[in-house]
Amino acid sequence: MTTTKKPVDVVIVGFGWTGAIMAMELSQTGLNILALERGAYQDTSPDWSYPNIADELAYGIRGKLFQPLARETVTVRHAINDTAVPYRQYGSFLFGNNVGGAGTHWNGQHYRPSPEDLEFHTHISKRYGEQFMPQDMQIQDYGVAYDELEPFLEQFEYTCGTSGRAGNLSGEIRQGGNPFEGPRKKDYPNPPLSDTYGAQLFADAARAVGYHPFPQPSSNASRPYTNPYGARLGPCNFCGYCERFGCFMYAKASPQTTILPVLMRKSNFALRTNSHVIKINLDSSGKRATGVTYIDAQGQQIEQPADLVIVSAFQMHNVRLMLLSGIGKPYDPATGKGVIGKNYAYQMMSSIGVFFDQDVTINPFIGAGAGGFQIVDDFNSDHFDHTTHGFVGGAYIYAGQTGGRPLQQLIVPPGTPSWGAGWKKAAKESYLHATSVSTHGSVMAYRDRYLDLDPTYKDAFGLPLLRITFDWHDNEYKMSQFVTERAQEIVKQMKPKATSVTLRKPGDHYDIRQYQTTHTTGGVIQGTSPETSALNRFQQNWDVHNVFVTGASAFPQNLGYNPTGTIGGLTYWSVKAIRDTYLKHPGPLVQA
Amino acid sequence: MNTQATRRRGGLLRFLIGLVVLVVLAWLLTLVYRGGGGDPSATAPAPSPDLIKQGEYLAQLGDCAACHTAPGGKPFAGGLAIASPVGTIYSTNITPDPDTGIGHYTYGEFERAVRRGINASGHTLYPAMPYPSFAKVSDQDIQALYAYVMHGVTPVQQKNHAEGIVWPLSMRWPLTYWRWLFAPKVTPVQTPATGDAALARGQYLVEGLGHCGACHTPRAFTLQEKALGPNDGSAYLSGGESDNWVAPSLRGELASGLGNVAEEELAALLRAGRTDRSAVFGGMTDVVEHSTQYMSDEDLAAIAHFLKSLPPAREETALTYDAATYTALKGGDVAKTGAQLYVDNCATCHRTDGHGYNQVYPALAGNPVLNGDNPASVIRLVLHGGTMPTGRGAPTQFSMPAFRDRLSDEQIAELLTFVRSSWGNKGSTVSAQQVNPLRELPPAGQPTMTSYDPRAQQ
Repeated sequence: MTTTKKPVDVVIVGFGWTGAIMAMELSQTGLNILALERGAYQDTSPDWSYPNIADELAYGIRGKLFQPLARETVTVRHAINDTAVPYRQYGSFLFGNNVGGAGTHWNGQHYRPSPEDLEFHTHISKRYGEQFMPQDMQIQDYGVAYDELEPFLEQFEYTCGTSGRAGNLSGEIRQGGNPFEGPRKKDYPNPPLSDTYGAQLFADAARAVGYHPFPQPSSNASRPYTNPYGARLGPCNFCGYCERFGCFMYAKASPQTTILPVLMRKSNFALRTNSHVIKINLDSSGKRATGVTYIDAQGQQIEQPADLVIVSAFQMHNVRLMLLSGIGKPYDPATGKGVIGKNYAYQMMSSIGVFFDQDVTINPFIGAGAGGFQIVDDFNSDHFDHTTHGFVGGAYIYAGQTGGRPLQQLIVPPGTPSWGAGWKKAAKESYLHATSVSTHGSVMAYRDRYLDLDPTYKDAFGLPLLRITFDWHDNEYKMSQFVTERAQEIVKQMKPKATSVTLRKPGDHYDIRQYQTTHTTGGVIQGTSPETSALNRFQQNWDVHNVFVTGASAFPQNLGYNPTGTIGGLTYWSVKAIRDTYLKHPGPLVQA
Repeated sequence: MNTQATRRRGGLLRFLIGLVVLVVLAWLLTLVYRGGGGDPSATAPAPSPDLIKQGEYLAQLGDCAACHTAPGGKPFAGGLAIASPVGTIYSTNITPDPDTGIGHYTYGEFERAVRRGINASGHTLYPAMPYPSFAKVSDQDIQALYAYVMHGVTPVQQKNHAEGIVWPLSMRWPLTYWRWLFAPKVTPVQTPATGDAALARGQYLVEGLGHCGACHTPRAFTLQEKALGPNDGSAYLSGGESDNWVAPSLRGELASGLGNVAEEELAALLRAGRTDRSAVFGGMTDVVEHSTQYMSDEDLAAIAHFLKSLPPAREETALTYDAATYTALKGGDVAKTGAQLYVDNCATCHRTDGHGYNQVYPALAGNPVLNGDNPASVIRLVLHGGTMPTGRGAPTQFSMPAFRDRLSDEQIAELLTFVRSSWGNKGSTVSAQQVNPLRELPPAGQPTMTSYDPRAQQ
């Protein structure tokens, strides 16, 4: 039996970063806003209090902040003719859970896209010609240009209290910042955090080689900071428990630290936790959403009518909800037609373990999720001429440390036995004298890489799981090989005693067991035409105008950067259009 | 037979009968002569919207909702448990519901309850209701409060909670004697037309609706405040205890009082619940959250101005920052007892220099709370944690974790002795015996949750 609740003006599905931004900005219009979150409430205190949060086994290994995969997961296969199997243990990527979602356990690496990233197909075609891209590569434009998005990227940085150094201030290239970034109107709200020692060594070496290192933009606040909403952050203290953990110092930007102290007090905002949305309901025309159906903590089906539906769950969950609701045409890799599930992409990483003698003391336990890192962005996006390299995209090279936790962050030199006395000796000797240099690279979109509903496996409620069909393409092997070679040049200049390299080479399949990034993208992409994208440039569904879908599911292909800065900027861009235009004249914001 | 015993029994009997007669006479007297003044039949004219609005502001100044609202309950519907020396009492429903609230109160009955401590049925209120302070509130303000409570508050049908006090302490009539003995005459403070208007306004707010003395003035054995205003002597606001919290002196003591706190800083603390170097905690959290954050800047300045006019009750030497602790800790020297505990548990937020981070983590160096004689409040804070209130312009509520499961009584005593004697602090040593009884004290409410946490309201 389904119970029907009192209608609301706006229902928000999923209460992480974008759900919180949407709720905050829309609550200022006076509308009644309801956020539905499948998980529980959680906050800095008491949930992430010191010292309980610094528990690597509970949070790092057992994933206390993550969605329990036994209730719902995804299935994975490499190719269209393979049979997908469920992702039963966390490896490759981590689903957030509870209020704040993945915005609670991210690292705070806060990047903007490069201007060309947003018009990637146009840019690559113009610079290198249409033929430069392989036949099955289907990269697209976002439909929004960097200059249009810039104020909203800035708005998100000021919400988060991002710490960094501008490299391009209104066109003026500034020493010590990223010279490859798009022009920004304002500097970062906070100065960068201090470099960790490994990052310093890397930056010196990178400069010597002729590259342009800069401090990684970090949403770990370098000092106490009050954001435009009035929420205040504490300063990061380099505790070493960032990714996979909540921040006990109130220093890592999250919905909890930046938005909830203001939003939660608003009388026109309500949050219902333990409310798992299973469907967006449509009227008989199929062109207008009437609300959503969710399952509450007691297992009862509840129908929640609403005038506007914001789908702001994690990327995979957004795609699945659209498929389960029958909104938009599912993507078909055979024909390349259809839009929901299209252009799933991931990222490709490589890393170099750098081992020094006893005279170089790194102190790895001094670590922040994002602060204290140095970055070389010379080989990302289209910051360099790709003509002779035969691939598109790129990676940034980074060095620094997120912490020296014993279970997950202890590296040993090549040739060390994997267990026993030999391993112990090497671990002891290298712990204080090792660091790493890594590359963080883009993955393009391809005709045969997509998401759909699994024909076999179902979740705890009996609904089909989302199926991922994904493996690497040559373009990415080439990209990773090229940028890793550049990283090795820098590492050589650091004069280590030994190095170890992890690089994905042609023939290596995508391995779901190895953590790389949680930056899964696509499936409900935004773009310029309903033929090729699910959303218009304002993240509004082409077919059902009162459904907006936020987050990385809107990325037409993946960036070399961490996605959160782009996601936040796109959300502010979208909600501005909702406030200024849509609410006054509900209907399509872009005519198809 | 034992005639001696019989005689003694007879004497005891006569004594008991005599006592009963006396008690009955005393009781009858309170029925015949209730006193207190005021006119219960007085009525008020229909209020204007402005008067209701003013009354709302005054109700915030008086922090009526803090006591008259239960955690998670409807505003002004009562039900908050208040520990008293005779047992638990519960605040009452003061919404205008005619059956369970005070909807049937005339203006005169309302005035008598607020300023004279007598309810509509003639009973004396428990002095948890600070009517000795409210005796100084002006007629105009009482009228505005009445207008607001009757017309601005949503009526809630909710029966008052039975008092948790056992007979014979549960008898109310002896309270009448308390009232006769200790409640002042209703003499509203008059704001003079000339002179220091801010000082007068500050005094009116602090003595009257603000009822600051209810916690910050020491009480006699018979539980009345030892002074109700600056003219009653230096006991006024010289520090008290309330609900197991130490309410520090609001007078000019240089170490443990407000001697080292500027007027602007004091006003900022009341407005935002925190300043660059300190933050409120314990019982004051609710006061900021429900009352002082709503005060106008003029009223906040007036209150700070008046408090800063109060001379110290005790001579103390000013604290000067001593960098020795910082130098030692920075150099890895943790030889001083408690230093290692401080570095492991406290320094990440309060820092090795004891300065904390402005508007986030309070400074410990020079903090008056650490320089008073009674360490109970800080012990409670370390044991059970605490959360800053929300304040005007300061929505973020930073929490301090509870350390009761991590640190023993001895460790907390060592830690606090260290904190109270470092960076130039001059607080006394703390013993494990002082920590232990507070460990078992159930923490009030949800000290480590924000006030908007949905779990705190369940």
